[in-house]
Amino acid sequence: MDKMCSVSKTITQGKKKIQVCDATRSQLIPILRQIQEKKGYISDKNMQEVASSLGIHPVEVYSVVTFYSFLTTEKKGKHIIRISNCISSVMAGSKRIIKIFEKELGIKVGETTKDKKLSLEETSCIGMCDQAPAALIDGNLIGKLTAKKVKNIVKELKK
Amino acid sequence: MTKTRKGPIIFSKSKPFSGLKNAIDIGRSEVLDYVRKSNIKGRGGAGFPTGVKWNLTATASDKKKYVICNADEGEPGTFKDRVLLDEYAKLVFEGMVICAFAVGADEGILYLRGEYISFLPELEKTLNQMRKNNLLGKNILGKKGFNFDIKIRLGVGAYVCGEETSLIESLEGYRGEPRNKPPFPTNTGFAGHPTVINNVETFAAIAHIILKGPDWFRSIGTEKSSGSKLISVSGDCKKPGVYEIPFGTTIKKILKLTEAKDTKAVEVGGASGVCVAKSEFGRKIAYEDLSTGGSIIIFSKKRDLLEVAKNFLDFFAEESCGQCTPCREGIPVLQEKLDKLQQKKATKGDLEDIFSLAETMYLASKCGLGQTAASAFVSILSNFKKDYVLVKS
Repeated sequence: MDKMCSVSKTITQGKKKIQVCDATRSQLIPILRQIQEKKGYISDKNMQEVASSLGIHPVEVYSVVTFYSFLTTEKKGKHIIRISNCISSVMAGSKRIIKIFEKELGIKVGETTKDKKLSLEETSCIGMCDQAPAALIDGNLIGKLTAKKVKNIVKELKK
Repeated sequence: MTKTRKGPIIFSKSKPFSGLKNAIDIGRSEVLDYVRKSNIKGRGGAGFPTGVKWNLTATASDKKKYVICNADEGEPGTFKDRVLLDEYAKLVFEGMVICAFAVGADEGILYLRGEYISFLPELEKTLNQMRKNNLLGKNILGKKGFNFDIKIRLGVGAYVCGEETSLIESLEGYRGEPRNKPPFPTNTGFAGHPTVINNVETFAAIAHIILKGPDWFRSIGTEKSSGSKLISVSGDCKKPGVYEIPFGTTIKKILKLTEAKDTKAVEVGGASGVCVAKSEFGRKIAYEDLSTGGSIIIFSKKRDLLEVAKNFLDFFAEESCGQCTPCREGIPVLQEKLDKLQQKKATKGDLEDIFSLAETMYLASKCGLGQTAASAFVSILSNFKKDYVLVKS
């Protein structure tokens, strides 16, 4: 929770209650991040509720959700693997790494496994070019990917 | 992963927070004077004089002011801020506190790109330690009335938010679409209040400047580009990584430093930068020559530069905010033309179209993203004519 926040407020998300900082518009993205993290996506109903708690139109919330690549209206997997597609990663073999992930997971890049456990995506440069090919996996930066490393990662995440 | 790094300024040795102590000793106006005299310019890539920025904010008449650290490092090939946040966070925060002291701000925000969320716990820990040691909070280091604290806000995956006004939009809870300038953030920034926004590296250099003085700082680098630059080197070389070099260092020297062999081209400044050919490896990293936020990507002889251009254009197509027409509509046309070039179907007319469109985008786009989206492509076409063929129309 935001440390410099003076007013804290509880908003209801379905059955869950989420503590949010003083409900001003500038808290919109932190609130949406929280929902995304907890549920794996932001539903229409979430957007309605967030909008009314902040006193803005739901369309405003929708426009923000659809702008940012880490906020989604579709349910993503519990774990998200994002492979950097920047040129340094490509030169270091990221396309081959993607193929290995696809084979191990049985899905194509951009898809989520049927059990909603894993999503595989490409992403813009993640700032790991010195350790390319690299990926952002559930918020962790992982570099120097190899076939062996990929297999181990998938094994761990599938658990 | 911490290793001993060496460099003339940022990676030089210093006692944590001794710059801040000195700042309080010498006083506000002297701090502003040091920064102005040091001639330090923004390290994020745009190169705006930091002293001017601070002075404008310091003299703005508003009781509420903000200091924002732009840690939304997203330029392809840049990772110096990752290293600074991971290994030199105290130095970065110290720079922010010095800035707050100089301009009279009481709130600071570190805008951390979502990709760097793994650094959040450690950064929060550092802030907490600073609060305990009275380096943040009320009456900092006993200076009466000097109150300042820093909070961290996470980005949610948008390259354009590295642009300062778009970063503010994002903080205020909007789509990260750049604003028209003026007004500038120095007067009308976050929540309408005067705001200093500086790059992570700029703040990291500040503590050293205040401790060791502007003359010392100016003795490093070139006449027009004072100090040092952190460069992030990747691509075809043996030793990729972050290096601190004095301004004026040549590409040739960087290639030697990183043990690159058979180099055909060097991209300076990432996707929004320029692709430099071998005949120009004598050029220097400096605001007056090759100005950059620090991204250096090395391409060996085996690389197809049209593929590089394609990667960059695809990146801009993904990251364009779509707000203004030259950028939103220009990028897809460039992609089409590049496709024609790759299929060896492009004519001289296509080439002329590319150059003319690139100029329009440069002149008419609202922010740096659109202005520079064609930059690398154009430099590849100009500097590497052997890499493509044109057909007769």
